[in-house]
Amino acid sequence: MTGFTFAEKALARAAGVDAVRAGDVLDVRPDLIFSHDNTAAIRRIFEQIGAPRLARPERMAITLDHAAPAPTTQHAANHAEIRRFAADHGVAHFFEVGRGICHQVISEEALILPGETIFGSDSHTTHFGWMGAFGMGVGRTEMAALWATGALWIRVPEAVQIVLEGRLQPGVTAKDVCLRLLGDLGMTGGQYRSIEFAGSGVAALPLDERPVIPNMMAEFGAMNAYFPPDEVIFAALNARRTRDYAPLYPDADADYAERHHLDVSAVEPLVALPHQPDHVVPVSQAQGKPVDQAFIGTCTGARYSDLAAAAQVVRGRRLRSRLIVIPASSAVLEQAARSGVLLDLIAAGAAVASPGCGPCMGNHLGVPAPNEATISTGSRNFRGRMGTAGAPIYLSNPYVAAASAVTGCITHPGEFL
Amino acid sequence: MSRHRVWVYGDNVNTDVIFPGKYTYTLKSLEEIAAHALEDLDPAFTAGAELGDVIVAGFNWGCGSSREQAVTAVKHRGVPAILAASFSGLYFRNCINQGIRPIVLPGLSAAVQTGDFIEIAGDFVLAAGVRYSIPPLSGTAQAILDAGGLTPMLQKRFRGAITPLTGIGGGE
Repeated sequence: MTGFTFAEKALARAAGVDAVRAGDVLDVRPDLIFSHDNTAAIRRIFEQIGAPRLARPERMAITLDHAAPAPTTQHAANHAEIRRFAADHGVAHFFEVGRGICHQVISEEALILPGETIFGSDSHTTHFGWMGAFGMGVGRTEMAALWATGALWIRVPEAVQIVLEGRLQPGVTAKDVCLRLLGDLGMTGGQYRSIEFAGSGVAALPLDERPVIPNMMAEFGAMNAYFPPDEVIFAALNARRTRDYAPLYPDADADYAERHHLDVSAVEPLVALPHQPDHVVPVSQAQGKPVDQAFIGTCTGARYSDLAAAAQVVRGRRLRSRLIVIPASSAVLEQAARSGVLLDLIAAGAAVASPGCGPCMGNHLGVPAPNEATISTGSRNFRGRMGTAGAPIYLSNPYVAAASAVTGCITHPGEFL
Repeated sequence: MSRHRVWVYGDNVNTDVIFPGKYTYTLKSLEEIAAHALEDLDPAFTAGAELGDVIVAGFNWGCGSSREQAVTAVKHRGVPAILAASFSGLYFRNCINQGIRPIVLPGLSAAVQTGDFIEIAGDFVLAAGVRYSIPPLSGTAQAILDAGGLTPMLQKRFRGAITPLTGIGGGE
């Protein structure tokens, strides 16, 4: 008998059974569930279902982040409804506007731990693989079902192993690793699969950058993604956690549908061209394309290391395009304020906004005019993603985005480092 | 067997163009949501889709954001089924949960054009003279679909009729 993948082990644990295999269908009880600005819509479905109460309010988190602080009266009314719901139903973990993006905040607060299972009404819930948790996005109706019952059906995914080796070059980040994988394997490479990373390249990734890769595996079609947790992860969580945990590791002889290798030391700065995250080219092939704004933000590009990278590039320089900086969380903003990174960004002319998702999905704080080009550290560049159908969106790491803000066109960061 | 006009699309159609993100926290009524279906993909569909029309697509239909309105909008625009070479996992689940039939049929999108008519039966599709077998869903997924979606199924559970815990879900 072959060994078990991470997904098989994690879902067996979450279902309370001894063993499961890829393809099995079972009901699992996640350790935490969360929603965000979509909570009010989920509540309406929950009320239709007719459950008398929330099954496990002590294991629920809500962040206001997707359009926060509220840009319009309608958005404000949505937030008000969510605040009332959280208070009335005793939702244990509620995070106000300005605290930050759901995935970042829940990670910082150590509300989920290695080996546990987390479902969020957000497709980037694959994020939590950074610590070795099973994270999966669900729809609004599924989240309402989770509120009502505490459980949800899952078809245990087949798994793909990706072995990372080597160490990133200067000016290259985890974002480039994602783009390389998407460019090579396409947007369906991980469809409905567990993407399980391994190899010496994982431990060589800076802690701050690790979440980028499992998060962006959503663009790969993944159901979840996984990094094997190490001492660096345990130390980061130990300061905040309120319960014990037992990390999970796939067996050496686990059955993988595919295996891929990537030497990350050979990865160069990359750009995804409009309008798909797998339309990936080296920066040199996009060099010179004009950009009207650069956006350092989102759950894949606004941690402290991203802000610091942008500051390193723009320090003491003037910008030819707009630069919008939206930290992933208040903790990131605080760190950037204390270290001086924020001052460098402001001095160069950056527009710095309150932590949250910003213009990533077109709600506010940097929606482009028709035909205006944006280079973004975000994860999606689909047509209309930032609110304007005709506006081209390029995806890159923060060095490339900041260098492009300096020159006003897509630029290799090499000369700025 | 029922007859349907088709709207044909390619690979990797994402939820941002099926239902733009900028509307996700402000539009509430089904009519409002349906009025924006496929707005950034095909304005001709948004304006001209009729009750009973179906969508035929390539690989990875519904990739990207998990937003369920990308299913809600299409369903309430009158579309009873989506036939794609493959679906994103989230979109597939959202279809089941909303009671709209996801049919996985590689090859169909290359065989028909927008405006053509196809016929759909319980376990096969007839298109351009060719019969395509529809792969069966898992028992529980089919049960959710038969109940009209996850919400009606759970309504039964919480308002009287007893269904076991495993009645919540079901695989592909």
